[in-house]
Amino acid sequence: MRDLGPIRRHTLAITVDNESGVLAKIVGLFSARGYNIESLTVADITETHDVSRITIVTSGSQEVIDQIEAQLDRLVTVHKVSDLTELGPHVEREMALLKVTGGGDKRLEAMRLADIYRARVVDSTIESFIFEITGSTEKVNTFIALMREVGLVEVARGGVVAISRGKDPS
Amino acid sequence: MAVNEQKTGAENLIQALTELGVDTVFGYPGGAVLPIYDALFQQSVIKHVLVRHEQAAVHAAEGYARSTGKPGVVLVTSGPGATNAVTGITDALLDSIPVVVLTGQVATHLIGSDAFQECDTVGITRHCSKHNYLVKDPERLADIVHEAFHIATSGRPGPVVIDIPKDVQVARAGYRKRSALHNGYKLQLKGELKDIEAAVEMLAKAERPILYTGGGVINSGNGAAQLLRELARVTGAPVTSTLMGLGAFPAASPQWLGMLGMHGTYEANMAMNECDLMLCIGARFDDRVTGRLDAFSPNSKKIHIDIDRSSINKNVKADLGIVGDVGHVLEDMLKIWKARAHKAVDQKAWFAKIDAWRTKDSLGFRQTGKEILPQYAIQRLYEATKAKAPIITTEVGQHQMWAAQHFHFESPRKWLTSGGLGTMGYGLPAAIGAQMGNPRALVIDIAGEASILMNIQEMSTAIQYRLPVKVFVLNNEYMGMVRQWQQLTYESRYSESYSEALPDFVKLAEAYGWKGIRIEDVDGLDAGIAEMLAYDGPVFVDCRVAKLENCFPMIPSGAAHTEMLLNSSDVKGELDEDAQALV
Repeated sequence: MRDLGPIRRHTLAITVDNESGVLAKIVGLFSARGYNIESLTVADITETHDVSRITIVTSGSQEVIDQIEAQLDRLVTVHKVSDLTELGPHVEREMALLKVTGGGDKRLEAMRLADIYRARVVDSTIESFIFEITGSTEKVNTFIALMREVGLVEVARGGVVAISRGKDPS
Repeated sequence: MAVNEQKTGAENLIQALTELGVDTVFGYPGGAVLPIYDALFQQSVIKHVLVRHEQAAVHAAEGYARSTGKPGVVLVTSGPGATNAVTGITDALLDSIPVVVLTGQVATHLIGSDAFQECDTVGITRHCSKHNYLVKDPERLADIVHEAFHIATSGRPGPVVIDIPKDVQVARAGYRKRSALHNGYKLQLKGELKDIEAAVEMLAKAERPILYTGGGVINSGNGAAQLLRELARVTGAPVTSTLMGLGAFPAASPQWLGMLGMHGTYEANMAMNECDLMLCIGARFDDRVTGRLDAFSPNSKKIHIDIDRSSINKNVKADLGIVGDVGHVLEDMLKIWKARAHKAVDQKAWFAKIDAWRTKDSLGFRQTGKEILPQYAIQRLYEATKAKAPIITTEVGQHQMWAAQHFHFESPRKWLTSGGLGTMGYGLPAAIGAQMGNPRALVIDIAGEASILMNIQEMSTAIQYRLPVKVFVLNNEYMGMVRQWQQLTYESRYSESYSEALPDFVKLAEAYGWKGIRIEDVDGLDAGIAEMLAYDGPVFVDCRVAKLENCFPMIPSGAAHTEMLLNSSDVKGELDEDAQALV
């Protein structure tokens, strides 16, 4: 086998025609060619609802990433593929909702930690909170790990969305 | 326009096909396409060819497309009609053949209900087509058909599937024809000028250049094949080709090295190994071509011209990649070459090496005795037919490789074979499609006795349309390539590779209304071929050949170009486990 170089995490932004089957085509491309998907988000982004933006976090050597980009780019429904990691500085955010139950000290500790991590309480009962946290994947991971100690019972995560820094669109 | 003056979806479909210049459709009717068949019945521009199995419809469309340069069109019903077509669609994808496949679908309100003859056609074909559509809005049908033809035939060509629910076929709607529903679909025909200039300079300095050409030259159009000849003339470089590219460069040229790769010639593979500059033109460094990657042409600079950006650096790292259409890029290369008044580098030493490799006579064989060697049969068939410049189709296996080695092609679109997918059963329907597109041509399917049985039912189609196709079977009573690998890799344990219980092919041919001929031995070979050629109608030749002949030369899977087996005495009988895992 050829030495393909070091494996790195890349965040790809893909704009596509917003029509049925596009997501299946892209996900199928990844599975058929043995590429990895660490995170995937998709939402329609135009006023006319005809274009969606897909953010995929994947990992591979530079050659593999180039190949993924080329494979995506030749799909009929794909408008543009941007490797944000290669393009330079960019902002990456992830959102998560965490349900934490319990009372007493644990409940107080959960509140304190949430405050440190700037997580917001979006729902509360006498025995539970739902926290909303936004931040880098790393920050979300750390917050979830901490919450496990203080009564975490359920997590919902949104996956990564990302955009390049500066005035120019990616 | 009042609603009742609008045409039905089926009528709009026929109008779109007619406008697109479609003259032939290969298909098979069924419940979900009855409205389209009714519309076909009421017109006379488009001829429908009724195949006997939907897989064959796609192969026939491929044969039509490859031999004429026009897209092939297929019409099949929902459910089994569509699933039977999947092998053909995948075949067209891997070999980049422009085919548009129209499939019927159950009515929109039934989709997802497991209705009779329902299947998720767009789901099933999503990853084996270049693009596909489910038409939900009757107003968009004509638009979609126009765009589908554009996508199938442009860029890197491929199969496009249009799934049309039965209610959409019946609904009345306006007729529109835009061909850009997807404005993200990009085409890059012209290569980057600075890269082309760099390529010209590299080529002008190379001492041991080689042109490695592929099916992209043929797909780019006949102009591209002419430009390739011109480039070879001005550079003086030797030329080799993949299986798919045969015919783009004339086999009669002294610069021609023969096919390269697993069953390529010794000189082609050695020249690939020792060149200092490789110019890859519309080929894709397939594993059958490269052999072991880390030993592939270790000391060369590589330039890769391909219309599909994802082909560049996929398997082999190119020093210079040029994304563009072969014809456009070659035209620019030649202009720059001539503008800069480059002369071909003296390649005497290079050709002396090549001539030394040629003395190995790697395709050589000795026909002795009465038993026909398959290579000899093809050589005689070639000699008897070359003046007619026949269109040759093949099935898949030893006979295919022998045909590639011993039949020689002087022009493009004469050689139709399943290269990428390797589909047994391709040859007969492809011959039918080629004959439909080229009524006066001599079309011969060089086949094996195992492959031909995979689509033997198409003999009915040939007789129905009075197509004088010839099937020339090299009958060795084995799935020969499987048997050869078992001999090489599994100490001759011939597990299930014997063609047991074969039919009497002559009687079978006659039962279908064909002429049947059996050639038993060398004495009958030329006469049998002559009899086949003399008959004005379809002929099936059962040519009995040596049973255990192997196809050489051969680079075993996972071996380097320099580790080529030239004949049986090179065969050890077993490969190590790593090699066994490779196909």
